[in-house]
Amino acid sequence: MALLEVDGLKAGYGRIEVLHGISLRLEPHALCAIVGANGAGKTTLLMTLSRLVPIRAGHVRFDGRDVTRVRPHQLVRAGLVHVPEGRRMLAQMSVEENLLVAAAAQPSAATAAHIRELYERFPILGTRRSLPAGSLSGGEQQMLAIARALVARPKALLLDEPSMGLAPKLVEQIFEIIAAERARGTSILLVEQNARKALALADYAYVLERGAIALEGKGVDLLGRDEIVAAYLGVTPATS
Amino acid sequence: MIAQQLLNGLFLGAVYALFAVGYTLVFGVLDILNLAHAAIFTAAAFAAFSLASMGVPIPLALLAAAVMAGIMGILLDRVAFAPLRARNAGTLVPLISSIGVAIVIGAVLRGIYGVDERHFAIGGAAAAPVIHLGTVRFTTVELLIFLSAIALMLVLGWILRATALGRSIRAVAEDRVAAALLGVDLERTIGATFFIASSLGGAAGVLTGLEYNSATIDMGGPIELKGLAVIILGGMGSVTGAVAGGFILGAVETLAIAFGLSAWRDAILFGVMFLLLVARPTGLFGKRTLRAA
Ligand SMILES: Nc1ncnc2c1ncn2[C@@H]1O[C@H](COP(=O)(O)OP(=O)(O)OP(=O)(O)O)[C@@H](O)[C@H]1O
Ligand SMILES: [Mg+2]
Repeated sequence: MALLEVDGLKAGYGRIEVLHGISLRLEPHALCAIVGANGAGKTTLLMTLSRLVPIRAGHVRFDGRDVTRVRPHQLVRAGLVHVPEGRRMLAQMSVEENLLVAAAAQPSAATAAHIRELYERFPILGTRRSLPAGSLSGGEQQMLAIARALVARPKALLLDEPSMGLAPKLVEQIFEIIAAERARGTSILLVEQNARKALALADYAYVLERGAIALEGKGVDLLGRDEIVAAYLGVTPATS
Repeated sequence: MIAQQLLNGLFLGAVYALFAVGYTLVFGVLDILNLAHAAIFTAAAFAAFSLASMGVPIPLALLAAAVMAGIMGILLDRVAFAPLRARNAGTLVPLISSIGVAIVIGAVLRGIYGVDERHFAIGGAAAAPVIHLGTVRFTTVELLIFLSAIALMLVLGWILRATALGRSIRAVAEDRVAAALLGVDLERTIGATFFIASSLGGAAGVLTGLEYNSATIDMGGPIELKGLAVIILGGMGSVTGAVAGGFILGAVETLAIAFGLSAWRDAILFGVMFLLLVARPTGLFGKRTLRAA
């Protein structure tokens, strides 16, 4: 059974409907990519899955339970954690406080040890722990954004353009972190501008076009169809 | 003479600051001005008066009135703000609905207490024993008012800095979406913010009532305007700024009196504020400009 199952999801802002009935599934331990042009509705989809944009129609099941009507923090507790576009640092708070805010939202108290563990995994965050998160470099901020999400020990991660605005070497590093997290058994729903990379990594992928799924299939299959990459993703084939 | 006035300013400023920290805390978290803050301030003063007249010791009456004010704050949020928040109503509509709640609180107080002034049996600050310290003098009650206000602000500072709730409040104030995605329960955190802010506002009301030995229906009027001046001056949403602003306001007011300009007091006050804001539009400690008023 799928870990995350979305059925006929509709959502939007004010009078505008942005998502026109999205259905998708994320299997346990899988990495699923969502690609699509600017403004296709990728961020809106993730924000709706996190309930920060209200659901207008459709159903969402997570981990065997209907979660269509829960509040955002309950999803985090259930293990569905979203790393937002633009990283959204609590910039005036320290690195450690960013992690502690996430820790305090967890019911279990074994978090001090867990945060130490995260510092071991991301040593750079350990050395920066008392600095304001806003003073970190882009790559460090993205690392903190991911580490912050891992505090909740998620079953599934929603990642919105984690490589945005990063230098190629850092993009590499972030993708390594994502691959490592997936190897630990976390399911990942990955939204990426960098479509080739995302498709290459993905078990399964969806192409989102103007608020609807235009195409879906195995990551490598989509990647193999250069005309699709060119048409939907706006990148010229056979580069990178 | 100047030393005495500065001391008076310090005493006065502590209570202004106490009122203003609650005001600015709610703004920091919700980006809205809670125009019922002064009504809760007044209600708490009357509640403490009632308790004191039933023989409850003043410190206990202060505590009870502050807790009651905190609960009023939670109710205020549920009634005036939460439903609008759920509908993304922006920042202007809640302003109006908080005025509505303020009017209701005022009407209820008028219904219970009539329009007469109330006095504490202990006789207020002026009637208390006097302490002489070098060239300055003050009464024990003045000192207790000052110490209570300072103690409450220190507690607030500690909560915000060192507790999980405080971190959640700061997280929501900084980025509500980010906080929610980290698992912070927004509604609970906002409710707690209202409790804290309103109980501090209520405590300021009780202390003001003690200071002048009177509680009146319209006692919230002047402090509402001054509180607004203080939080704009300090920087909207900045607790440190509200404390600094409160003391500046107290000092300007008492110094104006000392120089025989008491009729010009408010003009000087708002003049100083105007100049400071021209120099620093976000206020002393503020990071953002006023959006909601
Ligand atoms: N807060 C908002 N209010 C109103 N409209 C919005 C809002 N956010 C996004 N939109 C609109 O919804 C549509 C989808 O935007 P969304 O940000 O979800 O796209 P995206 O696929 O994430 O794009 P990008 O690749 O640029 O991140 C766009 O037309 C956008 O203008
Ligand atoms: Mg986006």
